[in-house]
Amino acid sequence: MKRALLLAFGLACAFPAAEVIHEEPSLYGKILVTREAGFLCMRFAFRSERRRQSCIDERAPQKMALHYTRMMMASLLLAPEPESILITGLGGGTLPKALAELLPDARIDVVEIDPAVVSVADRFFDFRAVGNTRVFVRDARVFTRRALRDGNRYELILLDTFDGDYIPEHLMTLEYLQQTRRLLAPNGVLAANTFAISRLYDHESETYYRAFGPFFNFTVRESANRIVLASTAPLPDNLALRRAARSWRQRLAPYGVPITSYPRRLDRAQRWNRDRRPLTDQYSPANVLQRMD
Amino acid sequence: MKTAAVNVLAFGGGFVIMSLELLGGRVLAPYFGGSIYVWGSIITVFMLALSAGYLLGGHLSLKRPNLRKLGLILIVAGVLVCPLVLIAEPAMGWIFDRVEDPRYGSLLASLVLFMPPTIILGMISPYAVRLLVKATEESGRVAGTLYFVSTFGSALGTLATSFYFVLWFELNTIVAMLAGALALLACLAFAAGRAE
Repeated sequence: MKRALLLAFGLACAFPAAEVIHEEPSLYGKILVTREAGFLCMRFAFRSERRRQSCIDERAPQKMALHYTRMMMASLLLAPEPESILITGLGGGTLPKALAELLPDARIDVVEIDPAVVSVADRFFDFRAVGNTRVFVRDARVFTRRALRDGNRYELILLDTFDGDYIPEHLMTLEYLQQTRRLLAPNGVLAANTFAISRLYDHESETYYRAFGPFFNFTVRESANRIVLASTAPLPDNLALRRAARSWRQRLAPYGVPITSYPRRLDRAQRWNRDRRPLTDQYSPANVLQRMD
Repeated sequence: MKTAAVNVLAFGGGFVIMSLELLGGRVLAPYFGGSIYVWGSIITVFMLALSAGYLLGGHLSLKRPNLRKLGLILIVAGVLVCPLVLIAEPAMGWIFDRVEDPRYGSLLASLVLFMPPTIILGMISPYAVRLLVKATEESGRVAGTLYFVSTFGSALGTLATSFYFVLWFELNTIVAMLAGALALLACLAFAAGRAE
């Protein structure tokens, strides 16, 4: 808790005096667009005004402004040239935009529950569903079930669904992760954005472990996010990771992604309390658990 | 004795109604998601079911009302809660495969799963009013007290379920407990009916 407060304080200092330039009404809580020290950010006003969902550096819009967005790109170390990508949670559209530029032939499907987020991403963050990119306005769980039924598969899936609090409960359960795993093509890769410091950490880790088996825990000191990197194939060794990082270094440089520093931060150890109960559709008091302390 | 028993039954009925409604979101989310229309569907169905239940309960109270019949109402409600554990998965899967639009999918699923028990639960309040009213001039006070008791039960049912039950138990366990609670309440109704 103390670490979280310190971190929030640090972030508040790093981005002083946010000016609200737009308020978009939404069924799921107001969406704010703020300008702070040259950064344009999307926030969900619901509960925490502090939390930024997505930011762009107005002087260097191609650069990824937030740690977690850059960290999600580590998925390319496991899935070097994915031809089909699913992203759940649009935000400002940083990830789909970058991936569409980097992999122009890839089919990119984005699922976003809130139509207001799609319109703010279009108006303020220069995100458009053009070319091979499509946006589906619906719940990620419904999309996943429907996509499975229709026989669709993806080589890379990025889970990034957040509301004003955290990840919605029905998108954290073992059943959902198992469905997501089935939606992966052979040798498919999953990257999920989660928090490194929360009461849920052990429960969440155990849930991912039950669904995917061993996975990479990816954290950096400067960020409170933890990226889960999993694959339907065995995890690559360090040599393969470093080779992939070298091959991506040039192309990722304009995005400010320090990809060559990532392989050594991918931790395959199970450093969580393995006795914790996984979250399931039957037992998922995620948001209650998270607030207890 | 009778007054106390009827109040306990009204309280229990209110408790179970809101506990069920709150679990509704959890039951539907794996198939129909967490969009606002899922809650819209659930609340619509509960309101419809309760309105029908009030009407039915009022009508039934015209024909020689007694506590044992109220006990039977509770038994039926308890039985109708059970499909939530037994057939929710296949029923929702069936609906999901046939109804493309998740708005109507969630509405249909709510109708199938929650309409039957909630109609019966809605019958408790008007029936309870009839059991306790002895004279016209006190009818408002009796009805007011029963509304208070059952709505207070609803408040507690909401709180207990969302704060604690989901943390301590699995979804199906909570539903089974609600069915068990309805059976216990029915026993109380039969016991109080015999004592009459």
